[in-house]
Amino acid sequence: MAFRARHLLGIEHLTPEDIRSVLDLAEKYVDLNRRTVKQSDVLAGMTQINMFFENSTRTQASFELAGKRLGADVMNMSVAQSSVKKGETLIDTALTLNAMHPDLLVVRHPSSGAVNLLASKVNCAVLNAGDGRHEHPTQALLDALTIRRAKGRIQRLTVAICGDVAHSRVARSNLILLGKMENRVRLIAPPTLMPPGVQEFGCEIFDDMRAGLEGADVVMMLRLQKERMDGGFIPSEREYFHRYGLDAEKLSCAKPDAIVMHPGPMNRGVEIDGIIADDINRSVIQDQVEMGVAVRMACMDLLARNLRAERGAQAVGTYV
Amino acid sequence: MQGIQGKRMTLHLVNARLVDPDALTDKEGSLLIENGRIAARDVPTPEGATVIDCGGKCLAPGIVDWGVKVGEPGERHKESFRSAGLSAAAGGVTTIIARPDTNPAIDTPETLEFVTRRAAESPVRIHHMAALTKGRQGREMTEIGFLLDAGAVAFSDGDHVVEDTKVLSRALTYARSLGALVIGHPQDPGLSRGAAATNGKFASLRGIPAVNPMAERMGLDRDLALIEMTGVRYHFDQITTARALPALQRAKANGRDVTAGISIHHLTLNEFDIGDYRTFFKLTPPLRSEEDRKALVAAVASGLIDVVGSMHTPQDEESKRLPFEEAASGAVGLETLLPAAMRLYHSGDLSLPQIFRVLALNPANRLGLPQGRLAVGAPADLVLFDPDAPFVLDRFTLKSKSKNTPFDGTRMEGRVLATWVGGAQVFGE
Repeated sequence: MAFRARHLLGIEHLTPEDIRSVLDLAEKYVDLNRRTVKQSDVLAGMTQINMFFENSTRTQASFELAGKRLGADVMNMSVAQSSVKKGETLIDTALTLNAMHPDLLVVRHPSSGAVNLLASKVNCAVLNAGDGRHEHPTQALLDALTIRRAKGRIQRLTVAICGDVAHSRVARSNLILLGKMENRVRLIAPPTLMPPGVQEFGCEIFDDMRAGLEGADVVMMLRLQKERMDGGFIPSEREYFHRYGLDAEKLSCAKPDAIVMHPGPMNRGVEIDGIIADDINRSVIQDQVEMGVAVRMACMDLLARNLRAERGAQAVGTYV
Repeated sequence: MQGIQGKRMTLHLVNARLVDPDALTDKEGSLLIENGRIAARDVPTPEGATVIDCGGKCLAPGIVDWGVKVGEPGERHKESFRSAGLSAAAGGVTTIIARPDTNPAIDTPETLEFVTRRAAESPVRIHHMAALTKGRQGREMTEIGFLLDAGAVAFSDGDHVVEDTKVLSRALTYARSLGALVIGHPQDPGLSRGAAATNGKFASLRGIPAVNPMAERMGLDRDLALIEMTGVRYHFDQITTARALPALQRAKANGRDVTAGISIHHLTLNEFDIGDYRTFFKLTPPLRSEEDRKALVAAVASGLIDVVGSMHTPQDEESKRLPFEEAASGAVGLETLLPAAMRLYHSGDLSLPQIFRVLALNPANRLGLPQGRLAVGAPADLVLFDPDAPFVLDRFTLKSKSKNTPFDGTRMEGRVLATWVGGAQVFGE
């Protein structure tokens, strides 16, 4: 097993080998999750705390389910409406939790880099469930697994990532992962929603959606993150849908067997036509949700193995 | 000041490498100090003088650090006049030009008198700037005349940009009539709102809200138009981007009474130093690209940029131990200004006299102070340093109450050996 890190903070620090090992392990959990009895005991006796400083239903549910299926004791903390309101700092919250000896800390935070900061202050494994506009590694991994299962490979594909790239941590993590796995990445967005300097990461930039979709194997749509915008990035949702919303006509520019992805939650009629989203021949959006649980199980399994190895080594007084 | 005794003593500093920013020379010599002033250069030791052997190390005019934030009033836990003064003395800074962006702002003659009184606790000289508008709110000008009478050396709203050009043009016109020096922060307030880094590959990768470097050019252009309109004496606190330089050059060529500064951090660090969201590298304006840094070093060498300072901004641990976007901005620099500046000497970009021109002579001249030179008759504000002495900086050894330095744990060269203010030794063996 290649993946040896204490935390999973981003795709940036993973090697292609690490990524492959996560995906391979996740495949096994996909099978497990399809059984009637979905129980494993790899995290038995371990405590997992989900700390969400930003409201989320889907990701939190996915992590909770992943932890429970692996046999961990899972606790959810909606920090969005707790002690943070009383003025406690992120580090104090982290230290308080750390004193309760959790083994896995799943953290989402609205500020970029906040999860890195927190990880430096605790001695359990930290899993980044999304920090600001920075990274969302499990999303990129589940997308990779979905693509690999649908396309049979995760190399030499042309992947178009379309929409609100500027505010999207999903786009950043995917961009890094797909680049590491030697795919062609295209970013399609109105110029106001394209982060500056992003072409230096070795991707192609398009503001014309049809041109960007030309010959794509995978079309990855992003949600328009209205909550992160301080106004005026696009003139209106209807104009955005007209120019950047994925409909049958625009999708016809991509390869005939191109798959359509969306990290959810979707704004139907804003970035994606409902008919496309529901088209079982093209859309793998429901698969993404399924892969999400499996990938998170794989990540937590690997982190728990590393944690055990580290603690075991400490116990016998050697270094790893 | 503990200088009374020192002022009476006659000192002869011999065997020194005299760094003279005025004559742009760097050669062996000696200085005779009498009554707190430089009495003669390169003369034999007179009867009764105390001889100090400088051991061939560099003797330069003490640094005039323009733009130091002291936490008084309001944030004395971050920095007091005494701690700032001790830190300055240890860093070879003999004159602090303090910022008015305190809480409350120094915007009345009464608060100015308060800080002037408090500043007596400092072992180095302190001059104060006053706010240009009341409460730095950008709505009404302060009592510029009274503040000048009370000793304000310049007028600045810190990093608050006066957005209303009508208010600003009136303040500048009024300041012009009194001959007051006004300091501006060139930054378009709209474009830079909420930004914590500079637009580009790095900020995009890290997902940090960023500002286009053009915001500085826009702020500069606007202010230059108002300078042309009002004829005011003006200084830009920090020019940090290559794109702003041609406009500054044109304004100078057209005879406008403008000067510009930059912080040592922007000359020695770039945006990639932020690395893994290290908040000690969060500055205002944000760190720029390496291309910008190089262009600005060249601009300092050519004389287009007049002043280099520390922009000393003390922040306590609590305001920095936060996610990058939420963390407070600024870095302490009084003690690291000289060793950081030595990086530009060792890299061959600037000579020692050039460095002391921007650290001492130019700011003193611009503010009408007699310091910053090794001329006979000038105050004996001096720093003795070894430009080559290597060390690894430990932030907890800093004398400042706040330890937020971006140079923690880095290798530096250049150590201050002794500092004199008015002929009295305030630091060193």
